[in-house]
Amino acid sequence: MTLSKVWVFAETAGDKVTSATLELLTKARELGSTVEVVYAGDDATAVATQVGEYGATKVFHVDPAGALPGAVAGVAIAGLVSEHQPDAVLFVQSYDGRDALARLSVRLDVPVFTNGMSLSLAGDDVQFGTAIFGGTVNVDAKSKAGKPALVAIRPKSFAAEASGGGAAEVVEVGAVDAGRAAEAKVLERFEEEQTGPKLEEAAVVVSGGRGLGAAENYKPLVEELAKLLKGAFGASRAIVDAGWVPYALQVGQTGKTVKPKVYIAIGISGATQHLVGMKNSDNIIAINKDSEAPIFGVADLGIVGDAHKVVPALIEAIKAHG
Amino acid sequence: MNVVVCVKQIPDPAVPGALDADHTLKREGKLVLDESDSYGVEMALQLVDAAGGGEVTLVSMAPNNEVSGLRTALAMGAAKAVLVSDPACEGTDALGTAKVIAKCVERLGDTDLVLTATESTDGYTGTIPGQVAEILGWPALTFSKHVEIADGKAKVQRQTEAGYDVVEASLPAVVSVTAGVVEPRYPSFKGIMAAKNKPVDQVTASDLGLGDQVGWAGARQEITNVEPAPARQAGEKFEDDGTGFEKVVAFLEKLKVI
Repeated sequence: MTLSKVWVFAETAGDKVTSATLELLTKARELGSTVEVVYAGDDATAVATQVGEYGATKVFHVDPAGALPGAVAGVAIAGLVSEHQPDAVLFVQSYDGRDALARLSVRLDVPVFTNGMSLSLAGDDVQFGTAIFGGTVNVDAKSKAGKPALVAIRPKSFAAEASGGGAAEVVEVGAVDAGRAAEAKVLERFEEEQTGPKLEEAAVVVSGGRGLGAAENYKPLVEELAKLLKGAFGASRAIVDAGWVPYALQVGQTGKTVKPKVYIAIGISGATQHLVGMKNSDNIIAINKDSEAPIFGVADLGIVGDAHKVVPALIEAIKAHG
Repeated sequence: MNVVVCVKQIPDPAVPGALDADHTLKREGKLVLDESDSYGVEMALQLVDAAGGGEVTLVSMAPNNEVSGLRTALAMGAAKAVLVSDPACEGTDALGTAKVIAKCVERLGDTDLVLTATESTDGYTGTIPGQVAEILGWPALTFSKHVEIADGKAKVQRQTEAGYDVVEASLPAVVSVTAGVVEPRYPSFKGIMAAKNKPVDQVTASDLGLGDQVGWAGARQEITNVEPAPARQAGEKFEDDGTGFEKVVAFLEKLKVI
């Protein structure tokens, strides 16, 4: 069985459709015979070309008119559903994705499935899989609320594979009356300068935690090692909450999900919230003073030792390695 | 200015979780204030203080009339609480929870701002702030790491993938705050003693007119399978004797990373 129509809420970063969106499009092709996109932002033509390569045939373009795009998109989708009858609407588990999903679920009075990590069909129903208790228990569920199924999926849950389709057709949705939801206006945007690969896309990720001892140790130990390995640097929630590094670096349940070839955890004990975000890495190396730290339970290589001794020696050895 | 803060009382996150036969989270032990919500409580107290008047009211939904987490937030300085405690609420999903919170806010009346965490530590759905706003017909400023209130407007720094946006909306509005937005205070002894006598208004789903929209029936979801996730096997572990770094180098060489 396949669904007849699956929608994906597309997001962009700069002028590119995000990799998490492309992952959803790939999965949507497997679930439904028609894949269409809803997009709220500028330059729908560029989006139509990119999502077309991943199998979408239409882009419903919503103009957020300076408001938070998710809120306006959620209201717009609610208005489009009765005419176009999608069987499922897929969102990335992101900031704007959850804004849109929240508004849409209320308008349609349909429950939401969030933090999804798998999607399949059980007969005509969309079956959704997630993990609870820090990823130790898998739960599958399906909706009994009729269509469409509303689902948010964590990035890196599926592989993105292009289908080689041509540009999708852009359908202008026109003005959307989102009421007071549209009052949340974006006044200014600040982009933090980013060098090196993105956390979610890097082949090597080096993360630091409380075991670093102080904020000033992050750069020489974590950043330095990551740069040397041409990787990205991340952090546990503890040091993000402590204000040592920005939230954008947080790996875990409430931060980013990563799936690199190698994940190096320095001074991270491995709270379940952190493990959710990184335990699907291909290889895990942990360096921690506490031999009982839960991180060693998932590490392929564990070094029980002081990060301040092990890491500088490691950095020197890699430099010498050339 | 009157601020309502949504607080969740959750099982101690340090204790391994378990499910009941009906697949709801076991909540037998003592519940604690979700640490994520302590930031919202602190933020609300500071905003009311800065406004020079008004009060902070807590709204929570919990089984068995559980109030221990609420008392923590009352001890920090919140004035009063509304607790929805009703066996009918067991199994309530995010949308049902949002309906309950919105009804409580309507029942309280005269609210300028609803503050929430971005998501709870146990359920981490992350849609409830937006759902509450939609039900109330209010704007939502979500994922805020900095909040200012002036001239009847809320202005926040909202997290984005690349940095942050400055976003503004007029009140009343819903604002969700990230962990770390402010440093939550520790309740003082005086605060703890005062909290014992602060009013907690206990209501049921029926009192809110939501009898058929909460619990398993309202959630309209069917759990089809529950099973342990395949466990990742731990590999080798070495005590560092000064040569621990060599093991890491050898491992990275084997993977052709260096």
